[in-house]
Amino acid sequence: MTEYEHRDGNALGGLLLEAFGREMTDADACCGNCHRVNQIGGMLLYQSGPGDVLRCPNCATVVMVATARPDGTRFYFAQLTWMQPRN
Amino acid sequence: MARATVLGRLNWLSAEVVADRRETPRVRSLVLDCPGWPGHLPGQHVDIRLTAEDGYQAQRSYSIATPADGTRVTLTVEHVPDGEVSPYLVDEAVIGDRFELRGPIGGYFVWRPDDGGPLLLIAGGSGIAPLMAMLRARRRLHEGVRARLLMSARSSDDLIYAAELNELAATDPGVEVVQTLTRSQPEGWTGYSRRVDREMLAEVAWPEAEHAHTYVCGPTEFVEAVANSLVALGYDPRSIRTERFGPSGGS
Repeated sequence: MTEYEHRDGNALGGLLLEAFGREMTDADACCGNCHRVNQIGGMLLYQSGPGDVLRCPNCATVVMVATARPDGTRFYFAQLTWMQPRN
Repeated sequence: MARATVLGRLNWLSAEVVADRRETPRVRSLVLDCPGWPGHLPGQHVDIRLTAEDGYQAQRSYSIATPADGTRVTLTVEHVPDGEVSPYLVDEAVIGDRFELRGPIGGYFVWRPDDGGPLLLIAGGSGIAPLMAMLRARRRLHEGVRARLLMSARSSDDLIYAAELNELAATDPGVEVVQTLTRSQPEGWTGYSRRVDREMLAEVAWPEAEHAHTYVCGPTEFVEAVANSLVALGYDPRSIRTERFGPSGGS
């Protein structure tokens, strides 16, 4: 894993839109480790392995993982205390 | 947002190439017509999906470079060596070609003009594209918003939108355009001649007390360096909106 390969949660916008039916990159999300709140679009996205891995920009904890399955996308909320989409 | 609009964004639309412009040797803008396009905000992106004759599909995200304009969407794409989508868009697509597109996508790296300014826009290479959508939207309807753009490119040949930005800087007192060329500079160059660093940002960025709406877009290494320097200058990390391409061009 190189230091500069990650992108932003922004890039997951299409996948999240498909799964949740609404814009999700501006949803607030609270890291289960450090409890900092950031917008999904501002989290760090790693796509080097199987699945899309979203990490907290403050403490680098894996917050969420999305994996493609034959029957749809499965989201693992690894360390996500809460998430609040915007009205 | 109306529910019908949200549902509409889930669908792949058919996009047709209706105009194009070579921006630099490696960068081309494509104007697409997308019947059913619901409109968009500056900073949003689209997903493009290409399907080969054997059914293989490749999908990539590209920022929109223009403000909302009916069913027209302009993308500015940089050729990524070994890329699956950008070589087609930059060097092969011709007027009349069609492919699939969905969007608009994004609520985070977005400037809502009612949020006002001042704007601090910092671009590495083709990271200028979504920032240009913001500047163009500002010029159309919101000229009272002050804006500063700092753009980094390798050489003068790699400066995207050069003529439009020169004209904007010369005619619009609310916009300042600062450029840095990191590899080679033409004779008589008066801009910066190095990578963006903390000293440069201290000279160019708005004072922290102005609470600028800050957008940084470019390769990941570039965005990291800029964001870290801005934080060192006192900017609140959460006031800095970033869009990282990854290790090289793309997005």
